[in-house]
Amino acid sequence: MKVSYFPGCTLKTKAKDLDVYARKCAEFLGVTLEEIENWQCCGGVFTTSRDEIATKLSSVRALKEAKSKNQPLVSVCSACHNVIKQTNAAIKDDAEFASRVNNYNAPEDAYNGETQVLHYLELLRDVIGFDKIKEKVVNPLTGRKIAAYYGCLLLRPGKVMAMDDVENPTIMEDFIRALGAEPVIYSYRNECCGGYITLESKELAKAKSEKVTSNAKDKGAEAIVTACPLCKYNLQKNGGDMPIVYITELLAEALGIKE
Amino acid sequence: MENKKDVCNEIIRRSGVNPRKCMKCGKCSGTCPAYDEMEYHPHQFVYMVETGDIEPLLKSKSIYRCLSCFACIDRCPRGVEPAKIVEAVRLSVIREQGNNHLKADDLPAMLDEDLPQQAIVSAFRKYSK
Repeated sequence: MKVSYFPGCTLKTKAKDLDVYARKCAEFLGVTLEEIENWQCCGGVFTTSRDEIATKLSSVRALKEAKSKNQPLVSVCSACHNVIKQTNAAIKDDAEFASRVNNYNAPEDAYNGETQVLHYLELLRDVIGFDKIKEKVVNPLTGRKIAAYYGCLLLRPGKVMAMDDVENPTIMEDFIRALGAEPVIYSYRNECCGGYITLESKELAKAKSEKVTSNAKDKGAEAIVTACPLCKYNLQKNGGDMPIVYITELLAEALGIKE
Repeated sequence: MENKKDVCNEIIRRSGVNPRKCMKCGKCSGTCPAYDEMEYHPHQFVYMVETGDIEPLLKSKSIYRCLSCFACIDRCPRGVEPAKIVEAVRLSVIREQGNNHLKADDLPAMLDEDLPQQAIVSAFRKYSK
């Protein structure tokens, strides 16, 4: 099976482990990630304002490309996925916005939200299946206590992302279990790490991130797993000695294809 | 600047938010991760836009403290979605010529070698036009 793939700017630079292992693991599990040609940066955060058009066009171009191949559009980075999924929903829900977007792009070839947008975790759960992954695990992570960090962008806004229960999610814990490890539940798993505020206020990013790592540590976690490069950066900078790993690294390790 | 009422109506239109749905429970501000650093909090943004008290918001640094975490959007029991109001107020400021909050020249001093590109593009999207 082939799916369209939007890697995003950070996966080509600071977060190569998120990209490289996403491709390798998917291939190993029978799904080829076909990179969108000439994709452009998603912009990192979705602009909620209805009259923001230009900032959403890169997402629309990627969505259209996937539509032309009749494939779902997959991304691993929580931020890319969030921006693309919210843009797709805005096109479906807001006719005025959709018409302005299409006037920019190519009115004769209008896009109306047809593409299915999937996060890599949804690909694993809903297309491949966690049970199938479990069968392919050669290095089960037995005895490892791992805390899932959802942060903000993976789940919110819940009615748009529609991936899981927004306050009591299980997708990452089920993923951890499929790899043979033990998930650690803690209260700050879906609270903000501070995000881009780290540029302006190291103190605020530190305060937010420390709460996450110390809460996970108190609950017995020995590592935190995330799908977001900025979460990883903030938690790593501010979280003491807690190891922070990407979902794809963990998956590659369990599947026996980590280098 | 246009009169206050026009600015508020524009903010309401652009955000798609109906501030009159707010029942002032304060849950948005209670869940806001930037609460301690804000002069005006999410529930106050909603109320002040509704009542036309817009000038203090346009001048406040609070518009740059929102982390776009969408927590207030999901946790509002009335579906008001305060973050959309905060964003619409910020756009009223940064869309004016010369009002970018983050400039490319400021950036080198903020970088370190681990900082992901995602942080930079996100900040530019929120702080500059």
